[in-house]
Amino acid sequence: MSNNDTKAPANKFFTVVKKVVSHQMFIPIMALLILAIVNLAFDPNFFKITLGKNNAGNPILSGPLITILDYGAETAILAIGMTLVTAAAGGQDISVGATIAIAGSAMLRVLCGTNPSPDTIQAPIIVAFLVACLVGIACGAFNGALVSFFKIQPMIATLILFTAGRSIAAWINYNKLPVVPDPKFAYFGGIIPGIPVPTPIFIMLACVIIMALVLKFTNLGLYTQSVGINEKSAKLNGINPIAIKFIAFVILGLCVAVAALIKVSRISTINYSVIAKDIEMDAILAVALGGNALSGGKFNMWASILGAYVFQFLTTTLYKFNIASSALPAYKATVVILLVFFSAPKVREMIGKGFKKMKDSMKNRRHKAATASEGEA
Amino acid sequence: MKKVVALIMTACVAFGLMACSKSDKKDTTAAGEKETEAAGGNEGGSGELIKVGIINNDPNESGYRTANDADLQKMFCKENGYDASFAYSLKNDEQIKYAQGFIQDEVDYLLLSAADTAGWDTVLQDAKNAGVKVILFDRTIDADPSLYEASIVSDMDKEGETAVNWLAEQGLSEYNVIHIQGVMGSAAQQGRSGALDKKVAAEGNWNIVKQQTAEWNAEKAQQIVQSVIDSGTSFNVIYAENDDMAKGAVAALDAAGISHGVGKDVIVMGFDCNKWALEELLKQNWNYDGQCNPFQASYIDNIIKDLEAGKTPEKTIIMDEKGFDAKTITQADVDNYGI
Amino acid sequence: MDEYRLLEMRGIDKTFPGVRALQNVDFSLNAGEIHALMGENGAGKSTLIKVLTGVYTKDAGTIRLDGKEVKIHSPQDAQNAGISTVYQEITLCPNLSVAENMFIGRGNGKITNWKEMNDRAKTLLERLDIPAKATQQLANCSIAVQQMVAIARAIDMECKVLILDEPTSSLDEQEVEKLFGLMRDLKAMGVGIIFVTHFLDQVYEVCDKITVLRDGQLVGEYEIRDLPRVQLVAKMLGKEMDDLSDIKGEHEAYHSPDADMKIFEAEKLQSNAGIKPFNFHIQKGEVNGFTGLLGSGRSECVRAIFGADRVIGGKVKVKGKEVKIHKPKDAMKNGIAYLPEDRKVDGIIGDLSVRENIILALQVMKGFFKPFTKAQAYAFADEYIKKLNIKTASADTPIKSLSGGNQQKVILARWLLMHPEYLILDEPTRGIDVGTKVDIQKLVLELASGGMSITFISSETDEMLRTCSRLIVMRDRKVVGELSGDDLTQSMIMSTIAGGESDE
Repeated sequence: MSNNDTKAPANKFFTVVKKVVSHQMFIPIMALLILAIVNLAFDPNFFKITLGKNNAGNPILSGPLITILDYGAETAILAIGMTLVTAAAGGQDISVGATIAIAGSAMLRVLCGTNPSPDTIQAPIIVAFLVACLVGIACGAFNGALVSFFKIQPMIATLILFTAGRSIAAWINYNKLPVVPDPKFAYFGGIIPGIPVPTPIFIMLACVIIMALVLKFTNLGLYTQSVGINEKSAKLNGINPIAIKFIAFVILGLCVAVAALIKVSRISTINYSVIAKDIEMDAILAVALGGNALSGGKFNMWASILGAYVFQFLTTTLYKFNIASSALPAYKATVVILLVFFSAPKVREMIGKGFKKMKDSMKNRRHKAATASEGEA
Repeated sequence: MKKVVALIMTACVAFGLMACSKSDKKDTTAAGEKETEAAGGNEGGSGELIKVGIINNDPNESGYRTANDADLQKMFCKENGYDASFAYSLKNDEQIKYAQGFIQDEVDYLLLSAADTAGWDTVLQDAKNAGVKVILFDRTIDADPSLYEASIVSDMDKEGETAVNWLAEQGLSEYNVIHIQGVMGSAAQQGRSGALDKKVAAEGNWNIVKQQTAEWNAEKAQQIVQSVIDSGTSFNVIYAENDDMAKGAVAALDAAGISHGVGKDVIVMGFDCNKWALEELLKQNWNYDGQCNPFQASYIDNIIKDLEAGKTPEKTIIMDEKGFDAKTITQADVDNYGI
Repeated sequence: MDEYRLLEMRGIDKTFPGVRALQNVDFSLNAGEIHALMGENGAGKSTLIKVLTGVYTKDAGTIRLDGKEVKIHSPQDAQNAGISTVYQEITLCPNLSVAENMFIGRGNGKITNWKEMNDRAKTLLERLDIPAKATQQLANCSIAVQQMVAIARAIDMECKVLILDEPTSSLDEQEVEKLFGLMRDLKAMGVGIIFVTHFLDQVYEVCDKITVLRDGQLVGEYEIRDLPRVQLVAKMLGKEMDDLSDIKGEHEAYHSPDADMKIFEAEKLQSNAGIKPFNFHIQKGEVNGFTGLLGSGRSECVRAIFGADRVIGGKVKVKGKEVKIHKPKDAMKNGIAYLPEDRKVDGIIGDLSVRENIILALQVMKGFFKPFTKAQAYAFADEYIKKLNIKTASADTPIKSLSGGNQQKVILARWLLMHPEYLILDEPTRGIDVGTKVDIQKLVLELASGGMSITFISSETDEMLRTCSRLIVMRDRKVVGELSGDDLTQSMIMSTIAGGESDE
């Protein structure tokens, strides 16, 4: 009996460890921790946040953590929509970078009118943002219709806007590069005077909270996963898979509009060929780093958002360590491959099993020890 | 499967339409020019229009290209004695097709900014046989120099040297430079990085605080500068290889409350001479902007005039690249050289 | 036939963590014998097969083939020793040709001679009388032919022992007949066949011997003529059953004033799945069924009722009122529930938990903007896990890790939770063990006596006879008859299904 008592906590410990290790959030959280430790080891001030003033004389918080939260906002927001699209359609939208260019261009067209450098903005910012939302939704609806109604592979369907998007964006503004004159427009990518925290962080938090509420107060999560896992079954349970896939793309379209607002606001202008370049890959990676299957089905939104920040953290870290420009992609690729490998559901399962084996062997050893001691007695 | 095929076809049609609308535009302008041919042409010496076919990259590619195209459009018109047709593509094979079309149309001159350096020998030989004179602008190609009359190029190395020399003239006691690079391996990046690297290696008081590629991207440049600010390292020069990246860098400086511009803490340098960038110079927020001259039309015009007059122009003509200093720039410079 | 002992397994033990899957099991197979391996789910059949085919390594015991002891550590070893397996799910490549499927992975890295391969395939297909062309794409063949191609592939590998693991579960009766023909041919060639199936009829039709396993232990080996059906079931279940008695008698029929109310009525209903327009009705508390061969259109009929296929004609009334049912949700709103035929493809949402699978239909009914709270969902799930005796670690376990029978119970729970007035069960007992089968049959009758109307479809006619009070008989996608009362006998059904020629 006493033997049992000593064994129980160890068993429990291993069960807990196994549960923690095989949890989907484990790898992204571990990655964040490791990155933080590495940074801290080389820079003791890593967690330091200082309150300073910007050139306009407004208070602003700065520090590496703030920087990461700030610059990761767009990818995190896109990861929300990308997770839903991935789950429902079992594929990814590769057009988000290009559609950010379109939505951003539309926003500038509304703000600046036909004059690339007007003295005042031609329409309220909110109107411009709403127009961008409509444009984002339209792009999402276009992709969504191709995927859901015409049953085209998401990657192929979104290839259209991926290829044509930046030209469309340039066409919207007659290929001019408008500059927004109103300093208020810079609030969304910078700070609002008097509030020292960068606005993108608030926007990102707002998106996350809205998504959390949507997931809590609707069946979006259940329906999306059902459609992603077994479309036929979902249909026979009264779910409309076409509508669900379509909605996922439309939500991603909205995320694109919000990301476009931040991106364009950061520099108050646009460059059609490079704005948000490769951000679709970052968003897809965020979903994968969060341990979500890119083939669709079950998803964990929070893991995706964490994944986005893992990626941003990595980018910032690599900048920090002054990796040679030409070697940067290789470093990034190596770390990303490692992370994706460890967060793959299959590998997680294996790690979990490994711990179970360890637990079993521990148990056996204790058992043997116990019998041996009994024999001696 | 069928649906995929159908989709790809739709996409092809859509792109086809886009291409059509573009070439339509080309055709209509060409036709319009032909209509007014008899009426126009008060210049051009003999009174007869010189027929030129111009093959360029897509003007949507960049602001540089837009300015380049606008400059060419302005120069090669009836008023200046030219009957010009324009064709655009970012693809070599399409450009070659356009070139063959122009040769068949019996143009006098073929002006070419090639998408790719290789693959032009045959079509240029055809041009030569047909008596069409070829002038390369903006980009060179790998072909026998006998196949073209002249080549007008930007010297990126010189651009970099001009900028670095300007910086050296500022006489700072110590140069701590944040060097933001373009897409690695591009001609502009190599020229602009090369000059700075050489100088830093040669001078004891020149240091690179951070050298990183932002891939021509403003937000990436902003992040890179932010990372330097976060690490607490001091610096006094931002050397960004294009205007967008300089703008991103400045955004990071602004947020951190670091002053920049003429007589301030940090010297800001950009390239390409975008209009808005030159305006920043005018406001003394930035210090220097190097030109990558898109205004090649007048050079080409001169070469054609020489050729018409029976003179042999130089084979390779390097364009004059300016560098603007915030202390000396004028509104006229902004209007004339801003793209 | 000489009794040549082909395969002998002695004292096989296999333990998984926490489970003794096989304990001292013996099994032997003669050349030219078809030997049924029977047992409920979890009895150890598949473990034994997997030990024999090298998927699992045994803990103890010996395997002798042709009198020589063999060591089998991998499926490759098994194949080399002459043991081939054809599984329930087709494991071939549907996008390759028949010939390619027969020879794939056997080229030893040599360059394939396509002509020779096609010729060999053709010869073999002809010899086994398999109606397929060597160059045909496999996906274009019927499931039965695909199954046969898999067998042909196995035979061409010069196998001595052929294991058929539930090969008939997706075949209709004619196809099963063809397969049996092939099995008899192979038997005549001296191949030993191990036949794993749930269908008792089939065992008695084609097998020579039966080995019964229960709870990982050998119950016994019997000559087929010595073991009547009832006793076989009793041995599998481990108790002397007074046969699978007349369970209908145990449940009272529904008696209420509204018993003759027509819950559902269809007139000239037609869908795009190729069935002829049909009339149908069901009364409150009635259990009726569609019967007919596989492919006769019985599933298509109920799918049309539920709106699972696109309805292209006809009128539908629910409780006398005309309604429109275009999609499953319309049917659900009218109190109709449908448990589909193919559990894996149409029923379960594999990666979701048992809880989510249970609440799904009711949740959809409740609406997109009104999700159940976690507590509510757990309450529902726990209630039905208990009620239907679903064996699962917890309500959070993914449904895909449950056994087939328990998955089916979860899907059943999903629809029962909706409290439908009319429940359609399409093959609810396929591929699940005898115990669960009886459970489900009893449940059907119990629900009906409580006033639920139920349409029941099963490939096993005796099961339908035990539960239904009225049978609609189908042939060639057309309703050809209706049987009730004294006409409800096996022979009447057979003659109605078969005997149409003179009527037409």
